[in-house]
Amino acid sequence: MKVKTALLGAIASTALAPMVLADAHEGERGRDGEVKIIYWQAPSILNPFLSGGTKDVESASMIIEPLARYNSSGELTPWLVDEVPTVANGGVSEDLMSITWKITPGILWSDGTPFTSADVKFTADYCMNPDMGCAQLTKFEGVSSVEALDDLTVKVTFDKPTPFPYGPFVGGESPIIQAAQFADCTGAKAPECTDQNFGPIGTGPFVVTEFRTNDVIQMVANENYRDPNKPAFASVTFKGGGDATAAGRAVMETGEFDYAWNLQLAPDVIAQMQEGGLGTPIAGFGPLVERIMLNQTNPDPSLSADDRSVVGPHPFLGEEAVYKAMSMAIDRPLLVEVGYGQAGKVTCNWIPAPAAVNSDTFTCDVQDIAGANAMLDAAGFVDTNGDGVREANGVEMKMLYQTSTNAVRQDFQALIKQWMSEIGIEVELRNIDASVFFGGDPGSPDTFQKFYADMEMYANTFNGTDPQAYLANGLCDKAPSPATQWQGENISRFCSEEYDALHAQLTGTANADERASLARQMNDIMVSEGGMIPLVHRGRLSAHANSLGGIELNVWDSELWNVADWYRTGDNR
Amino acid sequence: MTDQATVDRIENSVSRSQWWDVWDQFKSHKGAMAGLFFLVSITLFVVIGPWLWQVDPTKLDIRSKDIRPIYTALWNGDAKVSWSHPLGTDNLGRDIMANLMQGGRISLAVGWTAMILAVFLGTTVGVLAGYFRRLDGILMRFTDLMLALPLLPLLLVMMLLFRDSLRAALGPEQGIFVLVVVGIGITSWMQTARIVRGDILAIKEREFVLAARSIGTPSGKMITRHLLPNVLSPIMVSATLGLATAIITESALSFLGLGFPPDFATWGKILNDSVPRMVNFPERVILPGMMISLTVLSVNYIGDGLRDALDPRLRGR
Repeated sequence: MKVKTALLGAIASTALAPMVLADAHEGERGRDGEVKIIYWQAPSILNPFLSGGTKDVESASMIIEPLARYNSSGELTPWLVDEVPTVANGGVSEDLMSITWKITPGILWSDGTPFTSADVKFTADYCMNPDMGCAQLTKFEGVSSVEALDDLTVKVTFDKPTPFPYGPFVGGESPIIQAAQFADCTGAKAPECTDQNFGPIGTGPFVVTEFRTNDVIQMVANENYRDPNKPAFASVTFKGGGDATAAGRAVMETGEFDYAWNLQLAPDVIAQMQEGGLGTPIAGFGPLVERIMLNQTNPDPSLSADDRSVVGPHPFLGEEAVYKAMSMAIDRPLLVEVGYGQAGKVTCNWIPAPAAVNSDTFTCDVQDIAGANAMLDAAGFVDTNGDGVREANGVEMKMLYQTSTNAVRQDFQALIKQWMSEIGIEVELRNIDASVFFGGDPGSPDTFQKFYADMEMYANTFNGTDPQAYLANGLCDKAPSPATQWQGENISRFCSEEYDALHAQLTGTANADERASLARQMNDIMVSEGGMIPLVHRGRLSAHANSLGGIELNVWDSELWNVADWYRTGDNR
Repeated sequence: MTDQATVDRIENSVSRSQWWDVWDQFKSHKGAMAGLFFLVSITLFVVIGPWLWQVDPTKLDIRSKDIRPIYTALWNGDAKVSWSHPLGTDNLGRDIMANLMQGGRISLAVGWTAMILAVFLGTTVGVLAGYFRRLDGILMRFTDLMLALPLLPLLLVMMLLFRDSLRAALGPEQGIFVLVVVGIGITSWMQTARIVRGDILAIKEREFVLAARSIGTPSGKMITRHLLPNVLSPIMVSATLGLATAIITESALSFLGLGFPPDFATWGKILNDSVPRMVNFPERVILPGMMISLTVLSVNYIGDGLRDALDPRLRGR
């Protein structure tokens, strides 16, 4: 407990440092004029319950807010409530069946009316209405009822014990809408309420004055925002459309805009833009990992359709020496430099974020070709027939390595093929059009689920901060097969009894520290038993003008989560 | 003047075959001669080149990546250039000159083989349809059917059906080569077939064919001896066009990831891979692009010259 207190103190002191800086920019509301934001995908609606698109969710997050949200390090932060309910503070019941939220008193909607528990209950009813087709219904999965106990208290009851009850009303995808405004828009009528969907009344720092679909949103500061000194900007121009290159240029080279979202561009292209001198790229890291999946089953084309990539084991990929040596032969820092630059980090883990679940068991940032060769020699996998390729268990170590068509991935393939040849493994490359590879068509032999190859490379991630559902991707019964129409998330067909047992334990554990510890153990099993070779921890890259301060890139929630705290620094302009 | 020319021709006709006349006529076509020169140069570059320039095109050398071609130093003294990579390297340090040679071998091989296949198929179908009336309807409707088939989905299906078995039988590179060549060949013979059929229909009504038939020439002889030589010029022209189309189709297939493995250079693939860095490294797009354009243009000019040279009515003008 003492260690924990000390840690909390350390976190608090680091959190205080930027706050001191921010204090220097305090002043009355609207002092810094206008801020211009560009998203290269244009928002088409401001109601996240009718659209799952990131652009729509994030633009709406400046106007409507959830009860609690994730901060930039992935921790739950109270937003419209005083504290996040937990079992420890009594907000979550002991049997994990319900969670009770207590709203901060005195919060007003932008039209001046009070924000109450009735609005929260209405929001739940609005989204859970079966006639509506709510885009965020998964957030409300397992909810059996939402009750307003009094004006400021809401109780959410689940139909089964839920160790992670922070689905409803948490994060930018599940904000609260005003009951009075949307009262006539429930069920099938929801999409017809144009005025409401294009101009929701919210508790956030800004109010919509004009919404032009797929083009531009004009906003002004909310007169009734709970902090009298925020936001620093009197108005916002939110421009949508164009492409990532143009958006990056508009911020970093020409200075027309102050903030550009999600610049998926090559590192040398970003570096060139940065030379414009007007803006700075910033990277945020969620759990997105580029990895090589290793097939645990036999993909031999001579096997029948029912057995190929279904029955194991693989002729040699299950051998510890083989996958360890392959991992050692890879120069991960070089991959990061070639492919992602600032938006990538070396990782040895399947789940590198949030920080609490990032295991520190492995190190893999140094390439060791000699060590890999020695490991294979020691295991007895040597080249007996002199063709430059080792033999293992009586077969040549030749592998087919597939991935989707994408310039960075083909560069990775070329590099990894070379490194594999240096340790005596021959690799044949194949690239498949992304729409086919990720298309999931059971009739196509080229999908990543069918995995008609020995190794395949792609990236995957999960939403939110809780990895329970994502960890289920390593369970034995999730392996794709003809019996399941090749659906299933356990792409490498990994199967470990220990892993399955740990996952069962995870589903019944509520304590956050224990959950993180279990997740780390499962990550270690997956990596050390050869289910995959993690390569690069990929981040999201956005850019802001040098004159814009207060930005904390958040990959766990809306990037505009703290737009109320943004201010003009006076640099450069 | 005219008399002198007539005398020359009469004298020559004794000692020369008609192919010398064709060559004389061909020589007078400047475009065709330039085209022939470029085609021979490019062919020598890709065939002889790898023996003289012994750099492995797939070798990655990340320390010497992004080297500019040596001529960049003429106007930019700061450019990173090296005599060990005269045309520079790509973003992973692969030598561009070696890749252009290797890529050219594949592109030209695919182009020529697919073209020969297409011309053979087209001529056979065209001659049969034009000469035998009973076959005409069915063959030409089949041609229409093939013309209506979209090429890319068809190739996609072929890849799915035959890739694994061909890969097992011939290895990844030869297997895909056969598949691409056959794919392009059997989807581009239709134009040739239509042109040849049209010409055969016209020619077989001519008097010399009637004369040949009256002395009892069998069908096979009729086709090989009297008809084919007379439709040679449209066949030649469509062959040159077919070569160009085949090279470009192979580029499109590589672009879609349906062609050769990604580390297997062809001109189309080098071009496609370089597009994102076109602004900083224009040579990576210009060099393979120029190779494709020059080859296609040369072949078209050669075709033009051949048509003039093969047509006896044009010859000598």
